[in-house]
Order: sequence, then structure tokens, then C-alpha cells
Amino acid sequence: MDKEQRKHATSMAKQDVLDRIHNFYEVALGYTQEQAMAEAERCLQCPNPRCVQGCPVDIDIPAFIKEIKEGNFLAASAKIKEKNSLPAVCGRVCPQENQCQKMCVIGKMGDPISIGRLERFASDYERKMGVNIPDKDVAPVTGKVAIVGSGPAGLTVAADLVKLGHEVAMFESLHLAGGVLMYGIPEFRLPKEIVQAEVEYIKKLGVDVKTNYTIGRIFTIDELFADGFDAIFVGSGAGLPRFMGIPGENLGGVYSANEFLIRVNLMKGYLFPEYDTPIRIGKNVAVIGGGNVAMDSARCSLRLGAEKVYIVYRRSREELPAREEEAENAEEEGIIFRLLNNPTKFVGDESGWVSGMECIKMELGEPDASGRRRPVPVEGSEFMMDIDTAIIAIGQTPNPLIQRTTEGLETTKWGTIVVNEETGAATKEGVYAGGDVVSGAATVISAMGAGKKAAKGIHEYIKKKKGGK
Amino acid sequence: MYKIVAKKELAPNIYLIEVAAPDVAAKANPGQFVIIRLDDKGERVPLTIAGVDLEKGTVATAFHAVGRTTKKLAKVNAGESIMDFSGPLGNPAEVGKFGKVLLVGGGVWCAPLHYVATTLRKNGNKLVVAAAGRTENDMVYADELKAVSDVFYVATDDGSKGSEGLDFLADVLKSEKFDHAVVMGPVSMLKKVVEMTRPYGLNTMVTLASLMVDGTGMCGACRVTVGGETKFACMDGPEFNGLDVDFDELISRQRVYLPEERMASMIYDKLGGGVKRG
Ligand SMILES: Cc1cc2nc3c(=O)[nH]c(=O)nc-3n(C[C@H](O)[C@H](O)[C@H](O)COP(=O)(O)OP(=O)(O)OC[C@H]3O[C@@H](n4cnc5c(N)ncnc54)[C@H](O)[C@@H]3O)c2cc1C
Ligand SMILES: Cc1cc2nc3c(=O)[nH]c(=O)nc-3n(C[C@H](O)[C@H](O)[C@H](O)COP(=O)(O)OP(=O)(O)OC[C@H]3O[C@@H](n4cnc5c(N)ncnc54)[C@H](O)[C@@H]3O)c2cc1C
Ligand code: SF4
Ligand code: SF4
Ligand code: FES
Repeated sequence: MDKEQRKHATSMAKQDVLDRIHNFYEVALGYTQEQAMAEAERCLQCPNPRCVQGCPVDIDIPAFIKEIKEGNFLAASAKIKEKNSLPAVCGRVCPQENQCQKMCVIGKMGDPISIGRLERFASDYERKMGVNIPDKDVAPVTGKVAIVGSGPAGLTVAADLVKLGHEVAMFESLHLAGGVLMYGIPEFRLPKEIVQAEVEYIKKLGVDVKTNYTIGRIFTIDELFADGFDAIFVGSGAGLPRFMGIPGENLGGVYSANEFLIRVNLMKGYLFPEYDTPIRIGKNVAVIGGGNVAMDSARCSLRLGAEKVYIVYRRSREELPAREEEAENAEEEGIIFRLLNNPTKFVGDESGWVSGMECIKMELGEPDASGRRRPVPVEGSEFMMDIDTAIIAIGQTPNPLIQRTTEGLETTKWGTIVVNEETGAATKEGVYAGGDVVSGAATVISAMGAGKKAAKGIHEYIKKKKGGK
Repeated sequence: MYKIVAKKELAPNIYLIEVAAPDVAAKANPGQFVIIRLDDKGERVPLTIAGVDLEKGTVATAFHAVGRTTKKLAKVNAGESIMDFSGPLGNPAEVGKFGKVLLVGGGVWCAPLHYVATTLRKNGNKLVVAAAGRTENDMVYADELKAVSDVFYVATDDGSKGSEGLDFLADVLKSEKFDHAVVMGPVSMLKKVVEMTRPYGLNTMVTLASLMVDGTGMCGACRVTVGGETKFACMDGPEFNGLDVDFDELISRQRVYLPEERMASMIYDKLGGGVKRG
């Protein structure tokens, strides 16, 4: 391979934009075997691979890429699974451009290796071949562990602990396991079949998955201990939607992004009336916010038949917190970006349905605590937008139910659970936590990274408790 | 899967089912609800708990067959199962010792109200109960409510039994002093009763059936304005002091999906369960 060739990433086919805006099928189509091998060929197999430093779960990236290069796709997948139990998910939704790929040395002179696409390829290949269930390590101690929440954090802890020989029960309040992967991220970015395959996998490993169990209502944390659990992992996520507190927010047609996405993804509202849950979308939709949640809401709106979909964000394009790839996809699909604008009120028609949104123009001032320039309103610049649907995607905070019903569990003023960074241990003995409930809304892979640490912490704790070594 | 172990038609289109869910039964309290889903294409629908049997491990709930899910549920027989039955959700109703309590129930809601009434009675309260229905035939749980009350009234919209409408409550409120009131029924009824109790400053607890999706505080579909603040009915309620509730907003929010509900219900009536997509 010559230098020039090495600089350019192998591109991945996408569904044509004119087709995809009318369906919920996956947008990115994945590599073929030839494409994957060609992309793997580009990797320099660095002896001191920088890419690995960028991966929160330390996947041996050059090693799995080498297997792909040599056509050993199952071996590649096995290599990834040593560190990451949800590769088909991470290969699709990790913000690779800020993680592994950001660190790749080739990125200095050209396109970094498409690590995420290769990861996706290897795990998709394995899934098509039928997944092997690994033998359990023979464990000297076994404990009984309860996992609260079945998002990426909970799934990771469950898989790691059951492999170490512990008895694991996972409690999920919704009727399907998977957390945000099921209810939040849309089908066209992450097919639900893939998430359910991962859930089936941990069930086959022996995890008892109990859906319809809302901890804090049906059992409290203390009741779970009384029931004989040695340790409890809380991975309840950050599912409480934030509202803006502006007039008119409770009008019909004003959704939280969570309600909108749950109706669309978890309940399959886009297939109403074949599926029973309705979702109403108007002609002119304003999505407020600039993160992944906002992009997903906007792109779903388009697919549900909206004519004009706006992203209304109070900072500029540069500060947009969404993954770059998804912001680009959104632009390509015709989403209209109204940057440096902030809503100030909603107005409704006689029937109580939203008919307009007043916004104020913003400009960027001095950097704030987060290092980003603070948006400040431009006095007197209010204007009206003609809309009939609004989706509020300005962030989520942890659901307070468990924190409220558990004594001795220290939380921050943002409602997140305080833990020891290394072990995941919370301030109450035997309770561990990780993922969005600790960090606030973050990423799939950081939730998994926290899950890995907590699984280790729990294993050590139980060993000590049971007097083993 | 959750098995329906018993089913009864209480009145035309109003049913009581007992569902095998021992873990739910063990933790349920009056005023809490469950969310059911019939099959893998089903909607999540909240229903109030109307009683439990700890020995059998069952939870009872009464429902009015008004839309697609409840009409389908009306066709599920005892011995058959439904896919999901999640609960208990929401906060329990306040059932401490108040003294003299006024309870008002409308239609299907008389069943869960009976569960609240039984507990209030057990806790030493004196109960004045009014049960309302559209007509004499639509009354449910009247005998059961009568059995736990000190004073009992019946009212029907058409006057076919007892008083015509609930206006008589104004006189009751004028002549007696109450320490607490509980109302369960359609929102229009809640609003009407609260208008009557407001002049006396009587704390009037109402159960708000706002639209819900998850029932665990994740979506905000259930938001209601109480005392000028936005509350989530599933997490902060569903019981609230009616004196503080913005009923007009609630009524308007409840209608959000009416066209879709009508369509789903019509498709169901015409085509039955197996709806095919276009
Ligand atoms: C729309 C959207 C798009 C996103 N896109 C991306 C992306 O592209 N890339 C990326 O890396 N990240 C993305 N994220 C963020 C990522 O999904 C989250 O950071 C991640 O899912 C957090 O995992 P978790 O396990 O901590 O919690 P969650 O995935 O939130 O799972 C928590 C689970 O716990 C359950 N639960 C809560 N309370 C209880 C209780 N009391 N009892 C029982 N169960 C309970 C919930 O029902 C839920 O299923 C996105 C998030 C959203 C909402
Ligand atoms: C906390 C809580 C507790 C509840 N407890 C109970 C309970 O104990 N028992 C109970 O019966 N309900 C209860 N409800 C209400 C119940 O959840 C709703 O009625 C639910 O929407 C019924 O679902 P469905 O699919 O059968 O009807 P939907 O299709 O959702 O219809 C709901 C509404 O639309 C109207 N509608 C539907 N189709 C038509 C049509 N063709 N023409 C005109 N109007 C129509 C109905 O009048 C009904 O009010 C409760 C709700 C909440 C939030
Ligand atoms: S898990 Fe994410 S960060 Fe790690 S290698 Fe895969 S794509 Fe990169
Ligand atoms: S840094 Fe880039 S080139 Fe080096 S091993 Fe990692 S992926 Fe390959
Ligand atoms: S039903 Fe979703 S927050 Fe209450």
C-alpha cells in the first residue's frame, strides 16, 4: 500500500438520502468483507498503539484489526469481546472521532483508521454466524448480585459478574431491557434487533432479566439486601427530562424528547396503527437542543412525515454537542439549523395545540465554566416561528426514585450518585453505581467503562465479604 | 406473561380482573396503579389497583372498555395471559387518620375507591360515601362501598337511581364538616366536586388520569400543573390536592390523542385484533 492510499479511509455505503428520509431502516450500511480487509490493511500495527488510549474499555485495537486483515473475522470479534460485550452497539454509536480514532497516528496525515466501522463489521459477522457462549470461569466465590437498570452500564456489569460465577438478577422498569439503546436511539442508527441479541446473550450467560420491576416502588434497595443480595449495582441512567420552564410548555404538541423517542422507538409509534401507540407529528417541527438526542428527534420527525424540521440551538455550530457524523447526516437529510436562537415562549390555538414559538437571538460572550462561550440574548431581537410541534431536547437528569427511597446514599446537587471512581462503590455499603446516574448524561462507552470498574469492585467486595481470597 | 385468574363483568362494558403477580400484590397500596400491555404491539395503559389477595398473589383492577386496549382486554378470558403488568407505580393515596372523610366515586373508579375506603375505615375514619354512575345499570361496587361507609349516597346522571347528579353534595357539605375528601372519577367530575368543596377549604384529594407512557418519570407526558408548578402525575401523584390542580389544562392535555384513539378504536371495532398496515 502506498502512502497516498494509506491516507484515505475506505468509505462505507449509506442509504440514499432521498430514500432514507422516508423509512426507519439503518442509514449506514456497514462494510463488506473486502472493504473491511482493505481498511484493516491501512493500520500500521503500532507497537505502542495510541488508539487504545482513546478507548474507555481498552480494546486491543491493533490485534483485532490484524485478525480482520487476515480474514479471521470470528477471531477479531473474540478479541474485541475480551473487553467490550456490546461491540455491535459501540461500533455504531461511539463518538469515535473523539475517542479511539482521534488518537490514531494516521489521523495526523490523513483519515484515521475507521476503528468503529471495523468493530461493527466484526461483530455483525459474528452475529450472523451465531454467537458462541463462552465457558464460565471457575470462580472461588459466588455471590448474589442485583442490577438495577438494563442500559449499557447494567448489561456490562451483569455480563462480567455472571462470567465470574456470581448469581445475577437484573431489574428493569420498562417492558424491554436495553435502556437508552432500546427507547432512545432510533432504529435507523441502531437496529433494535441488535440490542435484543445482546440482551439474549446475557440471558444465555445465565442472567435473570426481570422486566416490569421498578426498584424503589416494588422493592427498595434495602429490601433487596434483606432478600439476600450481597451487592447491588445501580445503573438507572439519566432519564428524567428537563423542561425549560417557559410559558406554554404544557400545550398539546410540545413533547419532551424522551416522550417523543419512547413513543417512536420503544413503542414503535412509526408503525401506528399496526402498533397501538400513537405519535402525532405536525408539518413544522422545532427541536430545541443540539445534542444527539436533538438530532435523533429531528431525524425521526422527518421520517414521520414532517415537512420542515428545525434544530433550534442557543450556541453556534462549533459548540454543537452531537456526534459530527450525525449532525452531518441531519444536514444532508434537510434538517434546518437555526443556530444562536433560544425559545422564550410557546403560543397555542383555541384547542390548546401549539401554533407558534417565540425565540430570541443569542450571541456568544465570554467562556463559561465549561470552557464554551456563554450565549447571551440580544435584547429586543424576539421573533416568532410558525410551528405545530415542539420537541424539547435540552438534557436529562437522573431519575430521583432510587435516591429518594434509599437511606445513606449520597448524591450531588445534580442528583447524581456519589461513587469511588476506581471501584464504583457508593457511600452505602454494598451499593455500587455507574453510567449516566453517576456521570450525568454521557456516552454508551463511558457507561460501559464504569460498568467494568464496578464489576471488578463488586467481585472484590464479595470475595472479601465471603472470606475468600 | 401474567395470567388473568378471574374476570367479572361488573356492569355493561366494565370489568374486574384479578391478575397473578405476587411481587406486585405484596407491595401494592391503595391509590397506586399498574401499567399493562397486552401483547408485543400493545400500548402501555395505566389502571388503578382495586385490591389485592396476598394469599393468591393476585392484584385486582377494574376497567371500562372505551378504547382499543381496554376493548381488547375485555376479550381476554380468565385463564389466559397478558404480556406485561408493571407495578405498583405512583404514590399510595393518603389513608391516615383524618376523622370524618367524604369519598366520591364515579363509574369504574368506584372499584379502586373501595380499596382506599377500606383502608381509611381500618384506620379509624368515619366515612361518608357517594357512588355515582351514568344510569342504575352502570353502577359498580355500590354494595361494597355501602358496606364500609357510615353514610352512603347513590347518584346517577339520569336519576334512574338515587339523586340526579352530584349537586346534592352541596347540601351535604353545607350541613356537615369534613376533615378530608377523596374523589376518584372522570376529570369533569373531579373538577365539579372540587368546585363544591373549595369554599370550605376542604383538602380534596383527586386521582389524575393524565396521559402516561412509561409511568416512571421518564417522559413527562403525564405532566400536570399543581399549585402553579409542573408535576409528573406518575411520580409526584397520581393523587393530588384538587384545590391546587389546573383541571382545564389537564382536560385539554387528555384530548391530545383523541383523533388517533378514535381511529384505533374504529379499526379495532371493524377489523378486530389483527390490524394490517396499509
Ligand atoms: C436519544 C439519545 C441518543 C444518544 N446517542 C448516543 C450516541 O450516539 N453515542 C453514545 O455514545 N451515547 C449516546 N447517548 C447516550 C447514551 O445512550 C447513554 O449515555 C447511555 O445509554 C447510558 O447508559 P446507562 O446504562 O447509564 O443508562 P440507560 O441507558 O439510561 O439505562 C438505564 C435503565 O435503567 C432503567 N431504570 C431507571 N430507573 C429504574 C428503576 N428505579 N428500577 C428499574 N430500572 C430502572 C431505565 O428504564 C433504563 O432502561 C444517547 C442518548 C439518548 C437519550
Ligand atoms: C393513573 C391512572 C389510573 C387509571 N386507572 C384506570 C382504571 O382503574 N380503570 C379504567 O378504566 N381506566 C383507568 N385509567 C384510564 C385508562 O388508562 C385510559 O382510559 C386508557 O387510555 C384506556 O386505553 P384504551 O386504549 O382502551 O383507550 P384509548 O384508545 O387510549 O382511549 C382513551 C380515551 O379516548 C376516548 N375514546 C377512545 N375511542 C373513542 C371513540 N371511538 N370515540 C370517542 N372517544 C373515544 C375514550 O373515551 C377514552 O377516554 C387510568 C389512567 C391513569 C393515568
Ligand atoms: S469501543 Fe468505542 S472507543 Fe473503544 S474502540 Fe470501539 S469504537 Fe473505539
Ligand atoms: S493508532 Fe491507528 S494505525 Fe496505530 S494501531 Fe491504532 S489504529 Fe492502527
Ligand atoms: S408517564 Fe412518563 S413521566 Fe409520567
